[in-house]
Amino acid sequence: MMTFASLVERLYVLTAAWGIPWVVPTLLVMTIVVSVVLAYISVAAMFMIWWERKISAHIQVRYGPMRVGGWHGWAQSIADGIKLLLKEDIIPTGADKVVFVLAPLVVFAASLAAYVTIPWAPGLIVRDLNIGILYMVSISSLVVVGIIMAGWSSNNKYSVLGAMRSAAQAVSYEVPLVLSLLGPVMIAGTMSMGKLVEAQGGTWFGFLPKWFVFPQIVAFLIYFTCALAECNRLPFDIPEAESELVAGFHVEYSGMRFAIFFLAEYANMFTVSAIATTMFLGGWQGPWIPVPGLPRDVAHGLFGLFWFLGKCYFLIFVMMWLRWTLARLRVDQLMNFAWKVLLPIAFANLIVTGLVLVVGGRALLYVAGIAILLLVAIALAARGAVRTARVERA
Amino acid sequence: MERPIPIGTTAVMERTGETMEEMYVNMGPQHPSTHGVLRLMLKLDGEYITDCIPYIGYLHRCHEKIGENRNYTQIIPYTDRLDYLASMSMNFGYVLAVERLMGQKIPERAEYMRVILAELQRIASHLIWLGTFGLDLGNFTIFMYCFREREMVLDLFESVTGQRLNYSFFRIGGMPMDFPDTFLTDCQAFLAWFKQRLPEYDAIMTDNILFQKRVQGVGILTRETAVDYAVSGPMLRGSGITWDLRKNDPYSIYDRFDFAIPVYDTCDVWARYLVRRKEMEESVKIVEQALAQLPPGEVMAKMPKTLKPPAGQIYSRNESPRGEIGFYIISDGSPKPYRYKVRSPAYVNLSALPEMLRGCLIADCVAVLGSVDIVLGEIDR
Repeated sequence: MMTFASLVERLYVLTAAWGIPWVVPTLLVMTIVVSVVLAYISVAAMFMIWWERKISAHIQVRYGPMRVGGWHGWAQSIADGIKLLLKEDIIPTGADKVVFVLAPLVVFAASLAAYVTIPWAPGLIVRDLNIGILYMVSISSLVVVGIIMAGWSSNNKYSVLGAMRSAAQAVSYEVPLVLSLLGPVMIAGTMSMGKLVEAQGGTWFGFLPKWFVFPQIVAFLIYFTCALAECNRLPFDIPEAESELVAGFHVEYSGMRFAIFFLAEYANMFTVSAIATTMFLGGWQGPWIPVPGLPRDVAHGLFGLFWFLGKCYFLIFVMMWLRWTLARLRVDQLMNFAWKVLLPIAFANLIVTGLVLVVGGRALLYVAGIAILLLVAIALAARGAVRTARVERA
Repeated sequence: MERPIPIGTTAVMERTGETMEEMYVNMGPQHPSTHGVLRLMLKLDGEYITDCIPYIGYLHRCHEKIGENRNYTQIIPYTDRLDYLASMSMNFGYVLAVERLMGQKIPERAEYMRVILAELQRIASHLIWLGTFGLDLGNFTIFMYCFREREMVLDLFESVTGQRLNYSFFRIGGMPMDFPDTFLTDCQAFLAWFKQRLPEYDAIMTDNILFQKRVQGVGILTRETAVDYAVSGPMLRGSGITWDLRKNDPYSIYDRFDFAIPVYDTCDVWARYLVRRKEMEESVKIVEQALAQLPPGEVMAKMPKTLKPPAGQIYSRNESPRGEIGFYIISDGSPKPYRYKVRSPAYVNLSALPEMLRGCLIADCVAVLGSVDIVLGEIDR
């Protein structure tokens, strides 16, 4: 099977045969990979910013950007980026200059590093670490270090408040987040991102995909909630609650440094969606057909990429949807929710998953998960019916 | 339900005899959630507010002194700028005061026009409040929804007065002109549309559990404190006191309409929210009744060219969307008032803010301030 790793392997063999020192291919591969990932992040973030503006606009009975670039304002993000690049670079007088300059870089580097273990398509993964998921969760939580640096070095009360909130929030939500990810790890018996996706291949009864979201529906919901908090998205956006803290930790940032924070925020959204897709929604697994004229592996890879990105962007859409519908929580409610609600449920889920795996195996787990899913669906439908009835009465 | 002031750091410091400076944070005058140029000095213990001092006066423009140097008709446009989100109610209050001073009766049709316009204005004002309140709590979408409906009210006003914000449409002795021909149908169409939108607001705000958690039990203003501070309007009704000048001291023709006064007694931001939310429904009811009863006829009484109210004084009050707006006028028989004083509801309501904020989290500050529904044009005058 042609994979990214095997291609790199071939390059090493080739260069070694020509007598070129190993440093050269290593640097070459690193440069190419980093450039591709950076380019992807920039383009994807710009797309997401435009997309978010369109989604929010349509939720709010507006059009959103319509002019720049012609078709539905597609070039709006590019124009904004250029504007931010051309802005004066301001470092406040009272700021700690070194830390102030470093902070956006730390944030961005942490978001970037998480892209290493994302399994984009069958065989397309930068490095399939055997502790992939652990690496990804821990490296992306480094973002909070950069946020604290930004808040502290700005020498502004609002940004310190924002940074402190952010630290407290990240530390609290990290715990249930990791616990919720343990469920799929227990089922698959591996922490490698690639193998986790492979474990979700195939279907039950010929139609139900073996995605871990079904046996681990509770874990998925916990994970998604925590992921929202990780990305500082509404309803957990208190670190940058603009009506309270003006802009939170990045209140003193402008121009390019602000743009980097912005970029990192959207890059982070993609990272958490990618984790959710990999762990719960079957990653690149999905129906595919061989394309005439293309090698089988390449066709499978393209379909995989399509499914992976499709699921990721669906989750991102849900995040945006929530942001423009919900109100913000308060700091103490946020902490209560993490420690008193999410954490106990995550532990319970872990124990139940373990017990069911020992007693009945994976099949029983799927049945239990689907039962929960059905119950939730029925409850939601009932609530919707009650509301419709009330609206009609009114 | 008052949240105790946190014991953590403060208690430890008391025990060890250490002192630590409490942090002061300025909220405003250029803060997105102060709804104008208001400056709040917040004294913080961690994220908890231990004290709050509002600084006002950034918009002071000698409203009352200017009034003493203008004749009675010329003051009307100045009253627009008091509560610029409810100019109709300000006009209404002022012309009512002068008419009472003069003992002037106005035509029936003009009375109905006034009530219709004032109640539409109440809806528009409450819509702005609801939208910005949602914004304070992080809900952007309700803001756009509310502005969509407010825009329709403004269109109605534009068709009547030619203006969209500062109408100056009331005259001492009646109204300057009649409704345009299209107004009745347009207004009915708006009311029908608006009644269908209210459940949408409920879905996104009232029934939203996150929203409820943010506003319930926050910013307590007890019944007694509310009375002590002479708070009025929806703030007072949110503290469990049934007091609405449209019912308790009926002016104009409000005694002819059938409407309820929403009162909630949980004394928190949630109660104030519910009061304003229900008031919109009641205003719709009033406008519907007024449209149905609207009599034909003149809209302006015969008035002398120069208004010279007899020497004397008057305090006249009416219910603006924010509470009791009062105009106190002393006349010496000349064309200009000898003394002209405005009792502004938002100013009085704001004075109770420190009481509500003590012990709250800094995040509650915007919610509580939002629930006061201030308009700085009226506070600073």
